[in-house]
Amino acid sequence: MAVPALANEPLLRVEDLRVEFPTRRGRLTAVDGVSFEIAPGEVLGVVGESGAGKSLTGAAIIGLLEPPGKITGGQIVLEGQRIDNLPYHEMRQIRGRRIGAIFQDPLTSLNPLYTIGRQLTETIRTHLPLGETAARERALALLRAVGIPAAEQRIDQYPHQFSGGMRQRVVIALALAAEPRLIIADEPTTALDVSIQAQIIALLKRLCREHGTAVMLVTHDMGVIAETADRVAVMYAGRIVEIGPVREVVRHARHPYTVGLMGSIPLVGRDVARLAQIDGAMPRLNAIPLGCAFNPRCQKAFDICRTQRPDLRRVGPVAVACHLFDMPPADAGRPP
Amino acid sequence: MIAFVLRRLLQAVAVMLVVSLISFALFNFVGDPINNMVGQETTLDERAELRRQLGLEDPIPLRFARFIGNALQGNLGVSYRMAEPVGRLILSRLPATLELSLAAAVFALLVGVPMGVYCGLYPRAPLARLFQAVSLVGVSLPTFLIGILLILIFAVHLNILPSFGRGEAVALGWWTTGLLTAAGLKALILPAITLGLFQMTLIMRLVRSEMLEVLRTDYIKFARARGLSNRAVHFSHALRNTLVPVITITGLQLGAIIAFAVITETVFQWPGMGLLFIQSVQFADVPVMASYLILIALLFVIINLVVDLLYYAVDPRLRLDRPGKAA
Ligand SMILES: Nc1ncnc2c1ncn2[C@@H]1O[C@H](COP(=O)(O)OP(=O)(O)O)[C@@H](O)[C@H]1O
Ligand SMILES: [Mg+2]
Repeated sequence: MAVPALANEPLLRVEDLRVEFPTRRGRLTAVDGVSFEIAPGEVLGVVGESGAGKSLTGAAIIGLLEPPGKITGGQIVLEGQRIDNLPYHEMRQIRGRRIGAIFQDPLTSLNPLYTIGRQLTETIRTHLPLGETAARERALALLRAVGIPAAEQRIDQYPHQFSGGMRQRVVIALALAAEPRLIIADEPTTALDVSIQAQIIALLKRLCREHGTAVMLVTHDMGVIAETADRVAVMYAGRIVEIGPVREVVRHARHPYTVGLMGSIPLVGRDVARLAQIDGAMPRLNAIPLGCAFNPRCQKAFDICRTQRPDLRRVGPVAVACHLFDMPPADAGRPP
Repeated sequence: MIAFVLRRLLQAVAVMLVVSLISFALFNFVGDPINNMVGQETTLDERAELRRQLGLEDPIPLRFARFIGNALQGNLGVSYRMAEPVGRLILSRLPATLELSLAAAVFALLVGVPMGVYCGLYPRAPLARLFQAVSLVGVSLPTFLIGILLILIFAVHLNILPSFGRGEAVALGWWTTGLLTAAGLKALILPAITLGLFQMTLIMRLVRSEMLEVLRTDYIKFARARGLSNRAVHFSHALRNTLVPVITITGLQLGAIIAFAVITETVFQWPGMGLLFIQSVQFADVPVMASYLILIALLFVIINLVVDLLYYAVDPRLRLDRPGKAA
C-alpha cells in the first residue's frame, strides 16, 4: 500500500501480515498479506463477511492466535516497536496495558466465578502499581464511567447478576482498565439486543475519544461503521480489498464487493433496488479461486480477474484491490 | 438456601426408606437364618423357639416398623454368625474402612488433579501422553489384579511394604486408627493406591478434559487479553472453573470407593466393613449384610448432601437467594 510518508509514526502498523494454519493437506492461508495503519485516537472499522479473516487479524495483533494458527509473514509494529515476534511474557505485558480487547459475547467474556470487582482489580493491579484499595477505587471509577448505576453495590456482584448490555459495559471497563492506546473490539455488539447496540457503540466511541484511545472496530454492521469509524477496511477471503476514509468508502464504494456490502445499509439518496446483489458465498480457504478471490461472484469480472490477483493500489483517497482500476489514471478514481 | 437443604434432606430420607425396605426384604426372604445359626443336631422345637425369639413370626408390616425403629436406635440386629450385635460389629470395622477410603480419595485427588491440570495445559507434551496411556491402564485393569500386582512388586519382590493387614492400630476411644504408627501407615499405602487408582485416573481424565474445555472459553481468552499472568489464568481462572464437576465426581466416587473397598479389603485382608460383608455373604449372615447396605446408602446420601453444599461455596450462580436482578 503506497502511503505517503507520515510526519508522525502511526500507533499501529500492520505490514503484509500473513496467518496460516498447517493442515494435513497443506497450509491454509487465512490472512493473506494484510497491511494497514491506525493513527493514535483513530477508529478503524473492519468489515467483511464471516470468515474473511477479521478476527484472526485482531488476534494476531494482540498475540492471541490459537494454535495451530500462526503468523507466517509480515510484521506488526506498535508505536515503533515490533511486537509480532515478542516472547510470550513480553507480549503479555502489552496485552491489557497497551492493547486492550473486547470480544463478541459479553455473556461469556467474564469469569462466572468471580465478582466483577475482583476481575477489575486483578486487571488493574496486573498493570498498574496500585494497592488493593486504590485499585478498587479505580475499579469503581471505571464502572461509573461506563455507566453502571449504583456502582458501589454492583462492584461486588457476579457476572450472572448483570444483563447482557451491562456486562458488555463491564467488559469495556475491563478493556480500558489500564488505559491502553489501542482497543481491538471484535464485533462488540453482535451478541446484544438491537436496542442496546447503539448505546454500547456510543459509549465505546465516547470513552475512546476522551482517552485518546484508538480502536480497531470489527463489525458486520455497515451502519455502525458509517457512524463510528474514521476509516474503514473491507476484507474478503483474507485480504483487504478496499481501505480508506469512511465517507469515501461508504458513499463511493469502488470495489464491487464493497458496493455489494453497502447494499446492506439503506442510505439517503441511494436507490436500493439498483444495488448489485452479491450472489454466492465467500470461498473456503482451501478453494480460493485463481486471480481475484471475488471473481466468481463479481458481475464485472473480466479475463484478467480470473488469472491474476489484483494488488491493493491507491485510487484517489482510498486504496482498492480490483482490476477495474488498473485502467489509465484518467479513468481511475471514478466509481464504475 | 434453607429450603434447598430441607428439600435435599427430604430426598435423603426417601432414599433411606427405600434402601431400608430392600434390606428388610433381604432380611426376611433370603435364605433361612436359623439354619446358619444352629448346628445339625438342634431340634425343630428349638428352632421354632429361636424364630420366635428373633421375631421372625410376626406380621410383615410390624416387622418392618420394628426394623426401622430398631435401626434408628442403632439396633441393627444380631449377627447370625457371630451372635454379636451387628451395630457394634460394624462400628468396630468402620474406622479401618473409612481410613482406607479416605486415604484412597486423598491419593486420587492429590495425584489426579495435578496430572489432569498438566495434561490439560500441555496436551501435546510427551509426559501428558504418558499420563494418558497410564490412566487407560488404570481404568481398564480390575482392582484385584492391580492389588495383586502391587503385592507382587512391593511386598514379594522388593519386600518393603506389608502385603496384608492393617499394621499396628491404636485405639482412640472407640475409634481405632492406623495413621499414628509407622507400621499402620506402611500397611495403608498399597491398599490405598489399589483402591484409589481407578478414581485417580478418572479424576485426572476429568480434570484434563474440563481444563481443555475451560481453556477454550471466552473468559479465558479475555483473561489473557487483559494481560493476566499465566499463573492467574491457569489456576485462579481455569482450574477454579473445573472444580464444580471435579467436586461432584470426587464426592460420588468417595461413595463408590467406600462401597468398592470390599474387593481391596479382600485382597489385602484389610479388617474393614468390606471384609466383614464378604464373610457374612459366605455365611448368609443377613443382619450384617442388610446393615452394611443401609450404612453404605447412608454414606452415599450424606456425601451427596455435602457435595451439593460445596457447589454453593464454589459457584455463585447457584446462590439464587440474593436478588440478582439484571438491570
Ligand atoms: N483453527 C482453524 N483451523 C483452520 N481454519 C481456521 C481456524 N480458525 C479460523 N479458521 C479460518 O480462518 C478464516 C478466518 O476466520 P475469522 O478471522 O474468524 O473470520 P471473521 O472475519 O469472520 O472474523 C475462516 O475461514 C476460518 O474458517
Ligand atoms: Mg470473527
